[in-house]
Amino acid sequence: MLEKAIKGGARYWVWVLCLLGVIGIGFLAYLYQFRQGLGITGMSRDVSWGLYIGQFTFLVGVAASGVMVVLPYYLHNYKKFGRITVLGEFLAIAAVVMCMLFIFVDMGQPLRVLNVILHPTPNSVMFYDMIVLSGYLFLNLLVGWTVLGAERKEVPPPKWVKPFIYISIAWAPSIHTVTAFLYAGLPGRHFWLSAIMAARFLASAFSGGPALLIILALIVRRYTKFDPGKEAIQTLGKIVTYFMITNVFFLGLEFFTAFYSNIPGHTSPFKYLYTGIGEYNKLVPVMWLSSILAVIALILLIFPQIRRNESLLAVACISTFLSLWIDKGFGLIVGGFVPNPFEKVTEYWPTLPETLITLAVWAVGFLVLTILYKVAVSVKEDVVFDKYGEKQIKS
Amino acid sequence: MYNAGKIIVGLIIFVVFVTLPFIISGEKAKMKPEPKIDTPEIMKLPEAERKCVESKDFMKAEHMKLLNQWRDWVVREGNGTYVNAEGKTFLMSLQKTCMKCHSNKSKFCDECHNYAAVKPYCWDCHIAPKEKES
Amino acid sequence: MSIDRREFLKIAGLTSLIGVGGVTLSQGLKKVVEASQVKPNLEALTAKRWAIVVDMSKFKTKEDYQRCIDACHKIHNVPEIPNPKQEVKWIWTETYEHAFPGNEDEYLSEEIKHMPFLVLCNHCANPPCVRVCPTKATFKRKDGIVMMDMHRCIGCRFCMAACPYGARSFNWKDPRPFIKKENENLEFPTRTKGVVEKCTLCYERLAIGLKPACVEASNGGLIFGDIEDPNSEVRKILSSRYSFRRKPELGTGPSVYYVF
Repeated sequence: MLEKAIKGGARYWVWVLCLLGVIGIGFLAYLYQFRQGLGITGMSRDVSWGLYIGQFTFLVGVAASGVMVVLPYYLHNYKKFGRITVLGEFLAIAAVVMCMLFIFVDMGQPLRVLNVILHPTPNSVMFYDMIVLSGYLFLNLLVGWTVLGAERKEVPPPKWVKPFIYISIAWAPSIHTVTAFLYAGLPGRHFWLSAIMAARFLASAFSGGPALLIILALIVRRYTKFDPGKEAIQTLGKIVTYFMITNVFFLGLEFFTAFYSNIPGHTSPFKYLYTGIGEYNKLVPVMWLSSILAVIALILLIFPQIRRNESLLAVACISTFLSLWIDKGFGLIVGGFVPNPFEKVTEYWPTLPETLITLAVWAVGFLVLTILYKVAVSVKEDVVFDKYGEKQIKS
Repeated sequence: MYNAGKIIVGLIIFVVFVTLPFIISGEKAKMKPEPKIDTPEIMKLPEAERKCVESKDFMKAEHMKLLNQWRDWVVREGNGTYVNAEGKTFLMSLQKTCMKCHSNKSKFCDECHNYAAVKPYCWDCHIAPKEKES
Repeated sequence: MSIDRREFLKIAGLTSLIGVGGVTLSQGLKKVVEASQVKPNLEALTAKRWAIVVDMSKFKTKEDYQRCIDACHKIHNVPEIPNPKQEVKWIWTETYEHAFPGNEDEYLSEEIKHMPFLVLCNHCANPPCVRVCPTKATFKRKDGIVMMDMHRCIGCRFCMAACPYGARSFNWKDPRPFIKKENENLEFPTRTKGVVEKCTLCYERLAIGLKPACVEASNGGLIFGDIEDPNSEVRKILSSRYSFRRKPELGTGPSVYYVF
């Protein structure tokens, strides 16, 4: 089926070549980082995790969101998701690939990465993170590829796929819970030391991921002959709405605990992020942008008349995605390190090489996504009837 | 044969590629490495006492493993003393034991390592003894 | 027997995996050093749990504490990095409000507010950094020292996020250009870029029967001993004077105590 990825029109190849260009530049930046060390990034002794780990954290959420389309279809027979599940699974694969790459580029000694496997440490959350991410990648590849292959041959998928699908449904929330545990169990970081960290992560994952999926589905419908389904997109829109409300509610809960208790360890990070501490206010505009985007997204999402309009839904989804990307992919990480354990402030902002490497990893993810979607869409374009006898495209 | 042109060109490129290391190394590949053990510190010892931690053959074959295991014993287990096959004790340390006698890294360690094109990362951290220009 | 290409590739892949894997495994597991051949040094200092007491009454001038810092940084080839964001430090001083955040008070005596508290890795009894390390590159020794295995560290910096005391430094670039040539200790390694480092309680000095460099240089300002030995100096001073530690409410069980 992979051969379908090398047959494409001019537009497809221009897009692929652009991605390869970004990857190439970022790769050179990475060689520079490999040579010089992580000092070429904006990270410091105080803010020892930055954009790379932030992006990893955000993308684990996007990967986990695959379950949002798989669960209704396979567990509850929600037929309307029939055409979109494979898009969700393939998005999960691309996201997990990006997660692993972000971890790799963040490591000080990347050539020693196998030490995590050679010296397994069950008390370390990072050890489990490696296991669950690898497992999730394997599951999605196996399930997505098998089901798509069966559809291409116009036969029902083999029975042994079902248990793997059920496992992947349980596995998806686990990858994001484990990632949340990276932060939620550290005694010195009060910004992260919250019982609802995992719940917040899941809520933002299940709103941000489906938001991206909606945008991708709309793009697929626009540029190919395959239509993931108007009702599937609308249902996803409802999912994004409710989880975005939950996510904002959870953030409100964090604000309340911090400010009503008024404990400095809890309030200082929020103050740094949203009002600045003294002269240190680099992140304030960024965090307010995230909040404004969240409000815009909620206004567009909550009212069904607006949500039913697909163009406005697309705007809402972009707004949701960007808001969560800033909040989780940047603000959350930096906030945990500011102020530092000595109650001093060291600010963080990514450098140019760091940004180029980040863009390159995103480009790799989009390249994987493009290739997988090309295969999926090509297969689905060929098949005129899906298993429920509904015509997908007119021959 | 079909596509004879492409296949033959491909085969030639393949052969060149595979033999490239030998072509580039040329004469250097034939030169046997000769690690020198005539450092001032070794020369100071009487002939009978010029013995390494283990025998020459053992060290030749296993010094990599020995150093790795020394590392784990010292750093991870807190042991410091090594008793060799003859019952002699040594302090397990690259800088304080091995390099005290073999103080000429460039004429000893590097000789074989360069020949075999291996770059052990020990020297990224462990400071090589200062060698006098001779 | 006819075999199709897919079958052939599967069999070839599997046998090469088993072959290469098997050989690697058998070579890797072969030990050249037997456990019976190694033992701790006779002169090594041992303890059930090492602890340090910082006697603030002995740190009056800058010289008093700078001596300790210099002794440590010199023998351990700690680099002097000009960019404060990327500095590497194993022991340094903080004022009261920074060493003991949460305890600051505007009505505290001016003397205490400006006292130079030496801070270093606390070698906690219940260290969060050890809990999170995915490779056991940082681990707790039997004598209580929270140790660093520079060979194994993958530079993920999870330990730096976990440490509530900010005791750990990362090598953001190669430290060697930043080590003054005249200060270089040829008997101790440097580190390389991409690994985390911190105070390791001079394990290499303890192994040859010497006290930690900072303790020796402190002229009595730092008291070192086995806190689980009722007759040690550490226990004597702790039982006779009021002592306090950094962030004890976090349950980490720090082994560095402060007395006035």
